[in-house]
Amino acid sequence: MNFQGKSIISINDISKAEILHILKHAENLKKKQQPNLLKSHIMGSCFFEPSTRTRLSFETAMERLGGQVMGFSDGKVTSAKKGETIYDAMKIIGQYADVIAMRHPVEGAARRASEATNKPILNGGDGSNQHPTQTLLDLFTIKECQKKLAGLSIALVGDLKYGRTTHSLAQALAHFGAKIYFVAPDILQMPDHICKELKDKKIKYTKHKKIEDVINKVDILYMTRIQAERFSDPMDYERVKNAFILTEDMLEKVKPNMKVMHPLPRVNEIDTKVDKTKHAYYFEQAENGLYVRQALLGLVLGKLK
Amino acid sequence: MTQDKKLLVSAIKNGTVIDHIEAGNALKIIRLLNLPAHKKIVTVGLNLPSRAMKHKDIIKVEGKEITEEEMNQIAILAPKASINIICDFEITKKFKAKLPKQIAHVLVCPNPNCITNQERMDSLFHVIQNGTIKLKCHYCEKIFSQEEIKNYNT
Repeated sequence: MNFQGKSIISINDISKAEILHILKHAENLKKKQQPNLLKSHIMGSCFFEPSTRTRLSFETAMERLGGQVMGFSDGKVTSAKKGETIYDAMKIIGQYADVIAMRHPVEGAARRASEATNKPILNGGDGSNQHPTQTLLDLFTIKECQKKLAGLSIALVGDLKYGRTTHSLAQALAHFGAKIYFVAPDILQMPDHICKELKDKKIKYTKHKKIEDVINKVDILYMTRIQAERFSDPMDYERVKNAFILTEDMLEKVKPNMKVMHPLPRVNEIDTKVDKTKHAYYFEQAENGLYVRQALLGLVLGKLK
Repeated sequence: MTQDKKLLVSAIKNGTVIDHIEAGNALKIIRLLNLPAHKKIVTVGLNLPSRAMKHKDIIKVEGKEITEEEMNQIAILAPKASINIICDFEITKKFKAKLPKQIAHVLVCPNPNCITNQERMDSLFHVIQNGTIKLKCHYCEKIFSQEEIKNYNT
């Protein structure tokens, strides 16, 4: 399996075997760091919109492998403000850097960037479209805490309509035969095209309106934030919001192996009292982003095989 | 010449007849195939009566042979079209437009936040034929039905 020079733009471009290969390298790096692996390599860190975890974990990943980082964390400081196209900008940055991690508010920007340069692009989020490194770190975390990926019961909770994280995760889980529970208010349920894709792949899924309906059956409870702005009537939001907040007392009868995940940042959807329980796993999840991004950097730069 | 009298659009000596175009699409096709630029005679029939389609459009291009590749790129607008290549008033070749796996340039992505609508570049769609026809944008990865595509790069 050769990742050298390959861009990571969309989880849909990555096969099951490739996913498992990336996760294996991430696992190795979590066990044993390789501080000189990417010595004399430079990563362009091109964040056209704000990000904390993704940007900092990409940059830390590169530096902890012995590489260097250059770039920007705000599109306003670049020539994009003067009207420069993504194509031109990335063509030039590709002449300076060996690999580029990028985030951009426009959907398809990372794919376009990969056409402008022959240096690998790692997509750290393009608008509401893809965020493949998030999906890979989610899969890594699920495998780590459940010791397997196959045959798990997983609930995806919150804003399933607009959340790119849950779309990509559902698509990736289809490789592993998961039973998926979609828990969301009607207006924020999983889009039909994703459901159809799962159906075509013979993945079992059901839709629910309350966390309590599924919490005792699942191995993973994947929480996401519901934004009040998504509701045209604020009263609608007030009516449903409590059904999507996880509190400690709801964990009483859950499976002993059940873990709660969240892509973060959380606002109020997971009560802080949950943090201390054995079920909380979202901080470990965020940490795992480092190892997954290290594995990707090593692979696309040809230093991991 | 009784047959000629029935023709609502005059016959051509050499060129291409695109028949059975869904009513309303002929003008878009003319623009997409850039036919006015060839300085050849183009005759168009709009909303002609048709037994199979009730109403249809028809395009006749004098002195230009339209290729299968050209037709396939616009097949999304004319899925039932039959193309006749005419040589000395005789049909020498007949084919149907076939939907290709990918459509470049022709369609405008309906997603306003797609990079293809933000920068000067060609669009690219993957055609998914699974009972119904769906179009997936290569860039923003959103999937659309044919009816959702409202604009074409003409």
